[in-house]
Amino acid sequence: MKMLAKWRLLSLFAMMALVLSGCGEPFLSTLRPAGEVAQSQYELMLLSTAIMVGVIAVVTIIFIYVIMKFRRKNDNEIPKQVEGSHKLEILWTVIPILLLLILAVPTVAATFKLADVSPMEKKNADGKTDALVVNVRANLYWWEFEYPNEEIITSQDLVVPTDEKVYFNLKASDVKHSFWIPSAGGKMDTNTDNVNKFWLEFDSKGADEAGGLFYGKCAELCGPSHALMDFKVKALSRAEFDQWVADMKAVEEPVQAETQTAQQGQEIFNNSCIGCHAVTPANTAPEAARVGPNLTNFGERSRVAGVLDMSEENIKKWLEDPEAYKPANKMTGKYPELSDTELDALTEYLMGLKVQK
Amino acid sequence: MSTYAQKKGFGAVLWDYLTTVDHKKIAILYLIAGGFFFILGGLEALFIRIQLAVPNNDFVSAGFYNEILTMHGTTMIFLAAMPLVFAFMNAVMPLQIGARDVAFPFLNSLGFWLFFFGGVFLNLSWFLGGAPDAGWTSYASLAMASETHGIDFYALGLQISGAGTLIGGINFLVTIVNMRAPGMTYMRMPMFTWATFVTSALILFAFPPLTVGLFLLIFDRMFGSNFFDVANGGNTIIWEHLFWIFGHPEVYILILPAFGIFSEIFAIFSRKRLFGYSSMVFATVLIGFLGFMVWAHHMFTTGLGPIANAIFAVATMAIAVPTGIKIFNWMFTMWGGSIKFTTPMLWAVAFIPSFVAGGVTGVMLASAAADYQYHDSYFVVAHFHYVIVGGVVFALFAGAHLYWPKMFGTMLNETLGKVTFWLFLIGFHLTFFIQHFLGLMGMPRRIFTFLPGQGLETGNLISSIGAIFMAIATIVLLINVIMTQVKNEKVGNDPWGDGRTLEWAIASPPPFYNFKQLPLVRGLDAYWLEKMEGKNGMTPAEPLGDIHMPNNSFIPFVISLGLFIAAFGAMYRAETSWGLLVLILGMAVTLGAMFVRSIKDDHGFHIHKEDLMDDDNDKGVKA
Repeated sequence: MKMLAKWRLLSLFAMMALVLSGCGEPFLSTLRPAGEVAQSQYELMLLSTAIMVGVIAVVTIIFIYVIMKFRRKNDNEIPKQVEGSHKLEILWTVIPILLLLILAVPTVAATFKLADVSPMEKKNADGKTDALVVNVRANLYWWEFEYPNEEIITSQDLVVPTDEKVYFNLKASDVKHSFWIPSAGGKMDTNTDNVNKFWLEFDSKGADEAGGLFYGKCAELCGPSHALMDFKVKALSRAEFDQWVADMKAVEEPVQAETQTAQQGQEIFNNSCIGCHAVTPANTAPEAARVGPNLTNFGERSRVAGVLDMSEENIKKWLEDPEAYKPANKMTGKYPELSDTELDALTEYLMGLKVQK
Repeated sequence: MSTYAQKKGFGAVLWDYLTTVDHKKIAILYLIAGGFFFILGGLEALFIRIQLAVPNNDFVSAGFYNEILTMHGTTMIFLAAMPLVFAFMNAVMPLQIGARDVAFPFLNSLGFWLFFFGGVFLNLSWFLGGAPDAGWTSYASLAMASETHGIDFYALGLQISGAGTLIGGINFLVTIVNMRAPGMTYMRMPMFTWATFVTSALILFAFPPLTVGLFLLIFDRMFGSNFFDVANGGNTIIWEHLFWIFGHPEVYILILPAFGIFSEIFAIFSRKRLFGYSSMVFATVLIGFLGFMVWAHHMFTTGLGPIANAIFAVATMAIAVPTGIKIFNWMFTMWGGSIKFTTPMLWAVAFIPSFVAGGVTGVMLASAAADYQYHDSYFVVAHFHYVIVGGVVFALFAGAHLYWPKMFGTMLNETLGKVTFWLFLIGFHLTFFIQHFLGLMGMPRRIFTFLPGQGLETGNLISSIGAIFMAIATIVLLINVIMTQVKNEKVGNDPWGDGRTLEWAIASPPPFYNFKQLPLVRGLDAYWLEKMEGKNGMTPAEPLGDIHMPNNSFIPFVISLGLFIAAFGAMYRAETSWGLLVLILGMAVTLGAMFVRSIKDDHGFHIHKEDLMDDDNDKGVKA
């Protein structure tokens, strides 16, 4: 009997895993875990699903038996009036308690494990941490990622090294948002009141399956364009990541545009855009002054405004009428209308904003 | 005094309902108003599903979608589910305990009109500059940032209707404590009455936190106080706590009466007493108690820390135990019974697997570390629709069919009832089952659109198709209601033939005084016991005597109307010259009406013994 139960549980597990895997896209689905956090959450899902499917099976069997067997056959029949049964009632009180204990113990363990951010507190001789830390600041419909140890800032595309823990400080600058990278692990809110901390890990195997690019989402209703507050995560090997950091840090002054059109674009940018958008990665300006996404490496990003594919055409569309692509965004109306030639110039300049050689 | 059967003109009927203090008529008012808002919320749900049927859809705009999703949730919870639950509590509970009315008939009427005016006020936002758009939870940072008057409509409207709910809850509590018929001990009370009792206690403790939260929000938005303004030392997390300290018990406020209705149905249509009655009562009380200990599981990702998250995770899991007890007790009520598959029974039977599916995902959500993935994704949307639709809405449909004869004296058509049932059941599972997977595949909730290429297209399309089935099912029910009322074929005391509790011992609908003589209750399922002994009615517990009845009153309507007017004044006070005046005027109407109520003696009237004897014998308890 015990053997049978064990075998059943095991096969149930295997079946669940089979059904659940292959569900959704590798860059977005929680069912395709690509990191330690997502993996342990996935295992909890499997465990709880297995227990629950077991419960459902028991209920279903009794249920089907009852509604088949005890249909009214004769209008005059009066069944025996049963008060209850202590034995049965104790049985279905105790068994659920045991099942819940099986789930509760790993739940509590995982909850504490995922909340362990102690390496963030350990400062080395430079007053920095050995662990990689990213300060995430959520804003009405865009994300800022600051690397305090490296002293650089980027936006919209989070860049992380694979196969190591990345620690996050999370907060919001206007209303509450929530930071979620489904394939790498469960979310944490970015509050307006305090800084939340948690960690994620991105494994290289999962990153390969996802094509090196994970999707990130805002998971807390934050206004009309909540649905469009996407970001992307570029997962690189440690060496590539170090190279990226070095390339970013190399940009100390705004890069001068090379072609003539791009130079015109840079002029327009310096007149109309630079008030909100920085094109150097240094984190020296105060947060309040960083009102728009940092564009230092804009030309290397995967999307325009987080949602449109990166192309000249889409940049122009966005610049012409941001409201059409992200309703209620904070950019609409902040700059004068652009003529076609101005659009061409600005687009060429923006596409040229690249740091990697 | 047997005015009951007289034909009246439309004006007289209207006036009768505007002033009534009779629990049975107030129940009908709740049913009509709640039904209206249910259809409104259902239309909003359809708009949501049309918008999300295909990626990048532009059926509605982004901002308007947020208004629709906010109003869908708010309407369904506060203005549809709760009033409909109240309709059955009002219609049935006093009859089940053998009472002539609730303890405070005047307050009962006041509770209804407050709810009604609050609901109307909230929905007028559609025409006056835009509906609330911060979700039914209205988290403070977004609510404070919202520019239209929508949030003011939300806060003021819910404040008014919430007061009505609180009054109703207190009234039910007092009624059940004080007005049970001779012999009706607590442990002989029908399960639905027990559910009403525990629910009312939950209302008493859960609504004050909401009231406080709403007042803080109103003060912040209207008078510039800084409770939720972080820059000035406020804190928005406090709103989340206040809201969920109310919000979690609120879901039990909805589901416990649903459990009560199903408990009645299982017993009636299995011709068997409820299996494990004492443990059912115990489980109901325990669910009510634990319901207050788990609110932070809605806030696992807020950043409360691992200790709080772990404690609330384990507490939440504990609720599964009493709920499981109930599920098994219901199945063993049917075990060995004689099951007749009427429409109410079909709903009850379908409720078991549907609700178990919702319950088990609840346990999955309780696992805090895993919840970080589920939270605010479509998995949660699927979960709470499984429990609220699969539990509460199924119970409301079942209750409507079961108690229709008791409320209106006519039977809803069984064939159409079964058509409604099957369409709705199929549509429900089609819509919501797939949403579990959409959530796990990375779809956040409350998004007005989704981009193609993320693997979310098929699931959303299936979900939208399911919604159509539910819409058709509801239309069939409406046709059924109209046909039944047009035919108007009256039925007797116990139209289902298997009634077990006191309400089935008197006429359908009962006379306005309910019981000519209070019945003597000799055990659980009092009417069934008498039937089994070959009697066809209850044994009276008192000699025939005069019955003291309350007078109708228009004052509850006026008190509520005053607050309705005052709310407009409060909202427009800052930006108009007439706002303050309207605020004062509205408050004057309310306070004036309360003053009149206080100083005017209203002793009610007596129905004399002689008149009672003239009445048809089958309307009251048989002498």
